[in-house]
Formats: sequence, C-alpha cells, structure tokens
Amino acid sequence: MTTPNPLPRPSEEFERLKAAWTRPRGWRVFTDINNNIIGPLFVATALLFLTLAGLLGVIIRLQLAWPGLEIVSAAAYNQIFTMHGTVMMFLFAVPAVEAVGITLLPSMLGSREMPTPRLGAYAYWIYLLGGLSFFSSLFFGVAPDGGWFMYPPLTSKENSPGINTDMYLLGIGFIEISAIAGAIELIVGILRCRAPGMTLGRMPVFAWAMLVFAGMVIIAFPAVIIASTLLELERAFDWPFFLPERGGDPLLWQHLFWFFGHPEVYVIFLPAAGMVSMIVPAMARTPLLAHSLVVLALVATAFLSFGLWVHHMYTVGIPAMSLAFFAAAGFAVSIPSGLQVFAWIGTLASGEKVRLNAAGLFVLGFLFIFTLGGLTGVMVSVTPFDWQAHDTYFIVAHLHYVLIGGMVFPLLAALYHWAPSIGTALSERLGKWAFWLLFLGTNLTFFPMHISGFMGMPRRIYTYPAGLGLEIWNLLSTLGALTVLAGGIVLLYDIARNFRLSQGSSENPWDSGTLEWMDTGNHGPRSLPRVASRYPLWQQPGMKEQAEAGGHYLPMTLTGQRETLVGTASAAVPQYVAVLPGPGYAHIVAAVGTAGTFLSLALEALVPAAGFAAIGLAGFLRWLWTSTDLGPLEPREADIGEGIVIPTYATGPVSVSWWAVSTLLVVAGSAWACLAGSYLFLWLVNGDARWAARIPELGWGLAAFAAYVAAAGSVIWAGRGLSQHGRLPSLFVLVAVALLAAAVAGEALALWEAGLRPREHVHSSSSFALVAFQGVHVAVSALMMGYTVARAWAGMLNGERRLVFDNSRLFFLYTCAQGAAGLVLLHGFPRLL
Amino acid sequence: MKRLLPLLLLAGCSGPQTPLDAWGPQADRIARLSTLLFTGGGVILTVVVVAITLALWAPASWRKRMGNIRFVIGMGIVFPAVTLTALLAHSLGVSRALVTFGGEEPMRIEIVGRQYWWEMRYLDSGAVTANELRLPRGREVELTLTSADVIHSVWIPNLHGKLDMIPGKANVLRLRADRVGELRGQCTEFCGEQHTLMAFPVVVHEPSEFEEWLARQAAPVPAPTTPEQQAGMRVFGAAGCGACHAVRGTEWQARIAPDLSRVGSRLTLAAGALPNNLGNLAGWIAAPQDIKPGNHMPAFARSLSGEEILALSTWLDSLR
Repeated sequence: MTTPNPLPRPSEEFERLKAAWTRPRGWRVFTDINNNIIGPLFVATALLFLTLAGLLGVIIRLQLAWPGLEIVSAAAYNQIFTMHGTVMMFLFAVPAVEAVGITLLPSMLGSREMPTPRLGAYAYWIYLLGGLSFFSSLFFGVAPDGGWFMYPPLTSKENSPGINTDMYLLGIGFIEISAIAGAIELIVGILRCRAPGMTLGRMPVFAWAMLVFAGMVIIAFPAVIIASTLLELERAFDWPFFLPERGGDPLLWQHLFWFFGHPEVYVIFLPAAGMVSMIVPAMARTPLLAHSLVVLALVATAFLSFGLWVHHMYTVGIPAMSLAFFAAAGFAVSIPSGLQVFAWIGTLASGEKVRLNAAGLFVLGFLFIFTLGGLTGVMVSVTPFDWQAHDTYFIVAHLHYVLIGGMVFPLLAALYHWAPSIGTALSERLGKWAFWLLFLGTNLTFFPMHISGFMGMPRRIYTYPAGLGLEIWNLLSTLGALTVLAGGIVLLYDIARNFRLSQGSSENPWDSGTLEWMDTGNHGPRSLPRVASRYPLWQQPGMKEQAEAGGHYLPMTLTGQRETLVGTASAAVPQYVAVLPGPGYAHIVAAVGTAGTFLSLALEALVPAAGFAAIGLAGFLRWLWTSTDLGPLEPREADIGEGIVIPTYATGPVSVSWWAVSTLLVVAGSAWACLAGSYLFLWLVNGDARWAARIPELGWGLAAFAAYVAAAGSVIWAGRGLSQHGRLPSLFVLVAVALLAAAVAGEALALWEAGLRPREHVHSSSSFALVAFQGVHVAVSALMMGYTVARAWAGMLNGERRLVFDNSRLFFLYTCAQGAAGLVLLHGFPRLL
Repeated sequence: MKRLLPLLLLAGCSGPQTPLDAWGPQADRIARLSTLLFTGGGVILTVVVVAITLALWAPASWRKRMGNIRFVIGMGIVFPAVTLTALLAHSLGVSRALVTFGGEEPMRIEIVGRQYWWEMRYLDSGAVTANELRLPRGREVELTLTSADVIHSVWIPNLHGKLDMIPGKANVLRLRADRVGELRGQCTEFCGEQHTLMAFPVVVHEPSEFEEWLARQAAPVPAPTTPEQQAGMRVFGAAGCGACHAVRGTEWQARIAPDLSRVGSRLTLAAGALPNNLGNLAGWIAAPQDIKPGNHMPAFARSLSGEEILALSTWLDSLR
C-alpha cells in the first residue's frame, strides 16, 4: 500500500517537528499548554478534589454511625455535606470527564493537539485556583451551608446573611466558566481536528460521547450561571427574583437550577459511558456491537435529559397529572441507557474470551452498580413513589449508585486502561485490590441507604433518633464508607508508586484498535494517520508502522511552529493547517486575575476585586495581542501528503476560532433564553396587571431598535471596506460601538421612564436584568472592537490578516440581534396582554 | 413478593415513620406500588447479572446467540419499552386515585412551617397548637401547608407522601388515618441549621376522644391554682415570653413562636427534640441553644433564677 508521503523521511524533518513541540524544562513546564501536560494535570487535580470531597463523606458517615453522635456541630455538618455534594459535582465530576477528554481526544482522533490549547490551559488554571480557594472556605467556616442546590429563600440575604452563600454563587458560577471554556474547546476539537478520513461514522464512541457532553454543557450550564447571578443580584443589590413579597417565586430558582441540574447527571454519565464503549471492545477484542445505536442512544439521552428537570420537583405541588409528562420522559430516558448496557453485554458475548484485568473488573462493577442505580431511577420517576422517596436516604442511595456506578467506576476503569497510553502502567494486582474494596465498600455503604430511607430517614440530617430502626443500616453504611476509604488509599498508593507520565512508548498492552495506542510524543503522532475504519489498528494492517515512520499526513512542521490539521466537520477532509500557540504565562496571569476577582467579590472586597480584574484583563490582552492571529506565515500553503495542498492560514467560517466564537454565542443565547424565560415565568406567576400597567414607551423602543440595526449595518459596512480596500475603516467601527452603547442606554432609559425601579418588584428586576445582560454584551463588544481598531492602527490587521475583525464582527452582530430580541420582548410582549 | 427482599423483611416493615407500614388508604396505595417496583427491579437486576455472567462464561453457542444486534434490540429496546409502557399506565392510575381521593367534607387543618417548628391551626374550631398533629381515626383531613420563612416539607410516611411548604403558596394534602396510635412526621426539605430537629408526633385518636381534645385546645387556659403556678405565670409576663408566644385566654397572643396554650399535654418539646417533662421543659427554657443550636429561642439561664425557671416550667407544665 502506498503511503501519503514517501518513506523514508528526511532525518531533519522529525528533529524540526520535535523542536517546535519541545516542552519547557524545570518549573517552566507549567507554562506549557499542550494537552499532554494540561490533560494529566487536570485529571490529577480532579482526583485531588475527589479525595477531599470523599474525606468529607467519611466525616458524614462517622457522624451518622450511631444515633446522637456529635463529632461535628450541626452548623459544621451542614457546611460539610454541602461541600461534599458541591465539590463532587462541580470540582470533581465535570472537570474529571473534561480532563480525560482533553488528555485522550487528540491522540484518539489522530490530531496533534486541541485547536485552542491556551483556552484549555486557562480553563485548567482557573479551575485549580478557583477550586482550591473555594474548598479552603471550609477551613474558615464560611463554606456554603444550604445544600448543593441552594434553594432560596433559605439562601436569601435575610435567612443566610453570611458570605457562605456568596462563596457558592460566585465560586461555582466562576468555576462553571472553566467547564464552558473546556466544552467549547472540545466541541471545536472533535468536530474539526480529526485525522483525514475519520468521518463522523468512523469516529470513536468516546469522542461522540464527549461531543454530546460538551453540547449539553453549553446549553445547560448557562442556566445555573443565570440562576446564581439572579440570586446574587437579589442578595447584593436587593433586586427581588425569589421573594414572594415582591412578586418573586422560590420555584423560579428550582426550575433554573434543575434545568441545569438534571442534564448535569447525564453530562457526567455520558462521557463515562463513552469510556466504557471503548474499554469493552478492548476487553473482548472485537468491535462494539450496535455502534450506531449506541451513538444514537447518546444523542437521544441528551435530548430527553432536558425534559426531566421537574423530576426534582415532584413534591412542590405541581398537579399530579402534569407530572405525568415528566414521568413518561423519565421512563423514556432509561431506554437509551438500557440499550447501551445490553450493547456492552452483547459485545462481551461476541468476542474471544474476555480479558478480566483491573480495567475490566471496574467495567463489570460499573455494569452492576449502574444498573441498580438506573432501576431505582425508574422507581423515583414514578410520581407517587417519589412522594415517599424524595429527599430521603433512598434518594441518597440512588444518586450515589448512579454517580459512583455511572461515573467513578468507568473513570477508574479508564485510569487503569489508558495509563499505559500516556505513561507507565498501573499495577494489576493493586488495581484488583482497589476494585474489590471499592466495589464491596460502595455496595455496603449505599445499599443499606435504600432501606434506611424507607425506614424514615430524611437526607441532610446531622443525627437521627434511636428507635426508628435506623441504627443497624447506618452502622453498615459507615463500615462501607471505611471500606471505600481503604480502597481509595490502595488506589492512590498504586498511582503514586507506579504512574509516571512518559512519552514515546509504543506499547499497546490491551491490543486495542483505536489511534490513541499509536506511538506519540509531545507532538502527538509522528504523522497524522489516514483513517478508513472505526478501529484502524485492527482493520488497517501496517498503517500504524507507516504513520509512526512519518509516512502519513503532515509529518513535518511547515512554519516551524506548533501546528495541527483542521478539516471539515463531518467528513474530516483537510482544509488548512492551523498554527497553534506554544508555552507562555499570559494565560496564567489571566487565570490568577479572574480567580482573584471572583474571590474578592465573594469576600465583598471591592478594591482588590478591581485590581485583580485589571491583572486579568492585562493577561488576556497580552495573550491575544502577542500570539493570536499571527497572520499568514511562510509557506502560505503546502502539500501535506498525497498531493493535498492546503493553506497555513484561515479566517472566517473555515477557521477554528470562528467556530469557537459561534459556540460561545450558543452559550450566550442559552443564557439569554434563561433570562427571557425567567421574565415570562414571573409574569405567569403574577398575572397581567403589573406588566400591562407599566409598558415602556414605544418611541424609545423603536429608537433603540433602529440604533441596533444601524450599529449592525455600520459594522457590516466596515467589513466590506476591509475586503475591498484592505484597510479597516476604523471610523465606521467606532460609530457602530457608539450606536450600540446608545441603544442599550435607550433600553434602560425606556424602562426607567415607564416607572420601573429594579428593587420594587420582579417585573422591574427581571426587565432590568435583561437590559443589564445586554449591557455586559455591549461592553464586551466595545472591548473587542476597540481591540480590533488598535490592531488596525498597529498595522496588524489588513484585508488578508483579519481573523480578529471577523471574530469580533460575529460577536458584535450577535449582540445587536440579542438587543433587538430583548426590545421585542420588553416592548412587544406587554402590548399583547 | 417480599421473598425477593429478605433484607426489607429483616428490617421489619412496621415503624412510626415508614412508608411500608400504611395507616391509611393513600400510603397503602403507594406501598403496594412500591412493592411492585421493588419486585420488578429485583427481577430485572437479576436478569442483567445473569446476562453478564453468560456473556463472560457461557458456552460458545450461548455467547454467540447473545453477541448480535437482535439481542441488543430485543433486550435493550423492546423489553424496556413494553414494561415501561405498562408501568406508566399503572402508575398513572395510582396517581389519579391518589389525587381524586376523598368524597366527604374533610376536616381542615393548616400547618405553617417555620424555622424550626410547626404551627397547627384547626381551621374549623379555631384551635391552635404547635409541633404536634392530632387526628381523628377514619376522618378525611385536608392539610393546607404554608411557610412563614423558608421552604419546608411535611412527611408523615405512614399516611401519605410528602408535600412542600413554599413561601407565598398553599399546598393541599388530603389523607386519612385508619388506625389509632402514634406516628412521627418530619421536615424533609433542608431548611437551615436545625432542619434535623424539626419533627412532630402524629397522634390518631378515636373520634370522641379527639373531639374532647380539640375542645380543650380551643378553650381558654384555666387560671393557675397553686402559688408556684401563679408565680410562674408572672415570670412569663416579666421575662417577656409573651412577646413571641401565645397562651389562649390571656393577654399574650404573639405568633412568632409556638403557641403554648396546652403545652403541658404535648408529647415532645422543641419540635420533637426532647420528650416533654418538667425537667426537660426547665432545661429548654434555661439553655435552648445548647439543645438545638441556631433555633430562635433565646436562653434564660442568666436572666432568670433557677427558682423562676422552675416556677415558669411548673405553670407551663400545668397547661394540659
């Protein structure tokens, strides 16, 4: 078989490639942004938070071992269980799966790197800094104490005056930025950075799972950010949203939170299912059975999961017959999960003798625990059953079965399975010990909770009375927790003793069929393989050796910089070679600034907050100014193999950064929809009267609308000028920014003139919230356009080198459209009443 | 059916706070549905475990039969679709029966949730009590659930599922107790530092006995008879207890804290935190923050002497 590039390769080619991807030495290794270093750091940090939150769980179990124990006080206990849940969900589960994705995907997809590595590195650093400071709040007694879902009015200023709640709202809201940044990177990377020939149909199931995961993150996570922002506005500025005295509704929080919170469960589970779909074929040494159905199941789960949020609200008094819809959706979502379970079982049956190594044991443990958790999941979606089970230890049992079974066990299987692909293998013997301790311990801890729940034990209590028959079940749970602890110690010991990151090992100990088992270095594969099947290492004999010798695509660095291949989303046809950034510290400065800003705000220290914001902004600007949009480099185009000649520069819709901005706009749109939904929900709760009585004046609305249209037109005109004359007409851009600012100011003024004051009623506060949200977008647009003009003045922007303008224009036009939609809502909707 | 769940049997299915020991028609329907779900779940879990075992270790011919797409579609799509559709139809029937329950005119009681106690208002008679729900056997009751501060949730599992108390809303729970005796209800929505100690006894009486109890609750308290009781009543006024608590038939009518009209007859103190007796009552007045830290009752150990506290407790204890 002929190779895309002739073999053997010239010797200096590989040296040049390695030189471009050299990892800095010593402590400077932390300035690197390569996924091979950021990914494992990300995984390690997630495991750190798993350990910390797990220890909190052990404290909980010790306190509950017997009635009346008071190892920690009620107040401390409430902080501990809140932090246990919050840290597990936000600082362990979501980052962990994202981390595995960032670590494995480039090599699994036959790419050199994720397309936006610095964004990924920034996401990691804010996660590390934000997460550690958030966790530290526990040591100062200011940790959140309202439960991980933080229901108002318990968390309103009156009932929770301390900063504990602010730590949660600002801390978690900010850590979600990391999750969203990571999701954007994953979406663009999975869709655009795959080896030539890896069509969506040939893409590994794990990549599908991560794509669906990231899609769910960008739709669902804005809901919790909006909910946190609204509650923080209520706490800090007395804008009512959840207070019934001023038209608010505590249930608004629950709808927003669970619109995020229920998909969150599948956000955690789907990537884990994707890992299992990779490990099971390796165990059985045969392709996954029903591959297409499994992919379909992932997508179906994602869709259905957005119709399930009311599952957490069966007891708030929604009429039982309306709940039937959600019960049916709950049943429906169990079908794709069941399908996957039987696809895995069928795969195990269809292969050779199944290899039961440590990873395999964790997969089997997963199948048992997750199935049990899934079955209790069907039970709790049966409305009358849930009226009894809700908020009891039955739910505690269910959610731990689903999350530990559905996420932790697959993650540990992944750890044992993929450790040899990124470093040294873990010990099979210790792994089996860890498995049995964790498997037995998990069941011993959580199975009895089904019973204690049905014996009358509510969740979130720091002790319980003797005589209800709860003693024995709680004691068993505590013994189970100690068994889990022992398993955790064995696991950590195994990692500490045996795991070392390393590169250049070509070991494929499990004879897997996918690309991550090729020989890779910091640069990813030696050359990017030509893919023609789902399991290239099994189904394309000789390909591995050819690609490792440099015979496939892009075996060189063209520009002398770090590069990777970007292709079409569905068929992975190469389109251009993207030049990637290398090591630097600007993103770390930006991360320190961002984390410091949010932490200072939580501590109500406004001056330091402003200082940190300035530092963060400086970091961002340096990062952007010095190493984005370098413009076309030499050679402008090159043959990457097989006579495919593609450019080394791209702007507009073909570029990955345009895709990243577009994805960001989906995030913004989802957040806006949550705000608009809140506005309409509050109208539904309050009735027409207030809305009909205070309609903002139409003249103002029309003027603002015209300003948005003119602003958009002005920027489009500027773009046309740039295309035609190769120079940016800066004046048009500045006029556009002024028009945009005038439009949002007009929107606010119209509300004020109509007599709306944000503190008096939810009608006003929700209207102003929409305008404030628009104001933030206007400010960002102004910043982006100001930066664009500065680039033009500095001679770094012209008819060809115009990525900055194209991306800023996209954001700007979105802002205009969002503003216009807001006007239609605020001015049009009340007139329909 | 319970054969499959010996653990549950071992635990015993009876108790003052369990959904499995139904004392009324509502809880009974849910308990039967639960048994069905547990049984079905147990069967399906067994099937999956057997399938995994066969997939790993069965003879090649068996494994071959499982390792194809028909097996995946049959077990993974057709089987759950059929069983879940049946379950949906059945559970909707149960839901309907639960929400359309009742025909007679119910007795109406409003329960107001507060951090961390309950106010029970018998709307038909005007009687007010706290931290204790007394019901007549065999009579339909409509509980109107509201909250004065944060979200709480009422759960009396032997009678019905739980329902939240949400500020600004009134939720309605209809139930009936068919057995005489004592049960336990508890708050199940986390409501703050002392969410744990927010429970209440539920006492079901024979109807005649209940009427007697209710009439006493609605009547003004009798005047104190012994000198110590008289002193205790004076302490109540002097210490400012009446700024928060009400005692029926006196000048004290505040609603900030539990109504104390017949506090001596209650089974527990501080929403199920302590059994009610003279010693506990005095201890509670002296140091409520040691017993239930974070509740809204101030400590009187410093501002009142031991004798005063004892006199006050004696008077309150006499209100039965």
